[in-house]
Amino acid sequence: MDNDLRRTPLCEAHQKLGGRMVEFGGWYMPVQYSGVLDEHHAVRNAAGLFDVSHMGEIFVTGAGALAFLEYLTPNAVSALADGQCHYTFFLTEKGTFIDDLLIYRFNAEKFLLVVNAGNQDKDFAWVEQQAKAFDVTVDQAGPRYAQIAIQGPKAESILARVLGSDLSDIRYYWFRTLEWRGMELIVSRTGYTGEDGFEIYLPNAGAVDLWNTLLESGSADGLVPAGLGARDTLRLEAKMCLYGNDIHETTTPLEAGLSWVIKWDKGDFIGKAALLAQKAAGPTRKLVCLEMLERGIARHGYPIEVAGNPVGEVTSGSHSPTLNQPIALGYVAKDHAAVDTEVDIRIRNKTARAKIVKGPFYKRKA
Amino acid sequence: MYPTDYLYTKEHEWLKVTGSEALVGITDHAQDQLGDIVFVELPEVGKTFSAGDEFGTVESVKAVAEVFMPIDAEILETNANLEDEPELVNKDPHNAGWMVKIAISNPDQLKGMMDHAAYAVFVEEESK
Repeated sequence: MDNDLRRTPLCEAHQKLGGRMVEFGGWYMPVQYSGVLDEHHAVRNAAGLFDVSHMGEIFVTGAGALAFLEYLTPNAVSALADGQCHYTFFLTEKGTFIDDLLIYRFNAEKFLLVVNAGNQDKDFAWVEQQAKAFDVTVDQAGPRYAQIAIQGPKAESILARVLGSDLSDIRYYWFRTLEWRGMELIVSRTGYTGEDGFEIYLPNAGAVDLWNTLLESGSADGLVPAGLGARDTLRLEAKMCLYGNDIHETTTPLEAGLSWVIKWDKGDFIGKAALLAQKAAGPTRKLVCLEMLERGIARHGYPIEVAGNPVGEVTSGSHSPTLNQPIALGYVAKDHAAVDTEVDIRIRNKTARAKIVKGPFYKRKA
Repeated sequence: MYPTDYLYTKEHEWLKVTGSEALVGITDHAQDQLGDIVFVELPEVGKTFSAGDEFGTVESVKAVAEVFMPIDAEILETNANLEDEPELVNKDPHNAGWMVKIAISNPDQLKGMMDHAAYAVFVEEESK
């Protein structure tokens, strides 16, 4: 079965580093190297290096690019400056998630969309179909591009040293292109860990070189390769949603607590009418943060109950390495979704008490 | 690697038999497959199990695994250290990471279990 999986240009490098390879979203990816806890702590305290080449890149270019993306996505694309990016969604007409993504603005006629690995074919088909009415060209660049993320308090100094470039002027959610060993890199100050750090997009051919150079140069600073296991615990502590778990084609941004992304006062966008209706009526459920009050780890799919009645479901749950306690996200009916509400999580054949808390579970010190 | 005086199961539990009692835990191979263990749930003392029953769960950061009782047994003691130090199962799976002490109800059932050499071969075959 492994042969049917897609591989990144770094696959062999992972195996040499002792990475434990698993299937993820149709890709053959490292879930851990030394161990999830070690890698997690390295990112919080020093730095971690992630292969995220499985993510999908889509370029949208042409005179109609800005108008097209304004219609396609709910955040205000027109508010982006050249060199700036933001978080947004593809939504169905019902206002539910097709995917969450980043949009990068190079200029008014060139944008890069970065989508989830498992969704990239579905997303590309969606973008292509919607693009027909606009003067744009859509290019599925994912197969040509690798992506490497370096995350953690030491990320900037390591990356700046390796690239030979001062990165301190790249602010959070801004990016720059720069030359390295004859290749063009897109370097953005973004990430999925709740830590400072960068994501670097580059042609496949340069991935191994950049990966190895960063690891060699950064190991003295505590940089370690980090797998999907740590990526998941890091993003969960930072309350960053995972498509397929916390957001999907049956949930909306209003339910997921992501209404800050939606810019209601811009023009029409796909899903707007449905979301306006839901906003007026009020969403019937809410994504909440949960902390366990009794022993047990809430996991994806476990029922949430109040007085024996189901009121929701856990969508992501794990042990938090930073807090050293179990944490979870889940949807709860709105009447039970207030902070400090106590609920029961059904864990196999028993229940364990949990409390709704204000997220995120972890916030880095500014 | 695998203690020579223990017995082993295909579900990767081990038994260290002393007279009519035994300690039960999971093998080094099992802990390695699971990764960092962060939670161990064990049964009440006095509870009885039949061979093949699930008697506990071990959770790593990413996964939940059931632990099965290899033979008919009654729980005499559980390893209280695992409540605060579940990582003992990673660090010392065959000794300090033991999970339960049992009274053996039917010693004949021990005959169906693997010795250390057979288990080592089994692990190798399984990971091919």
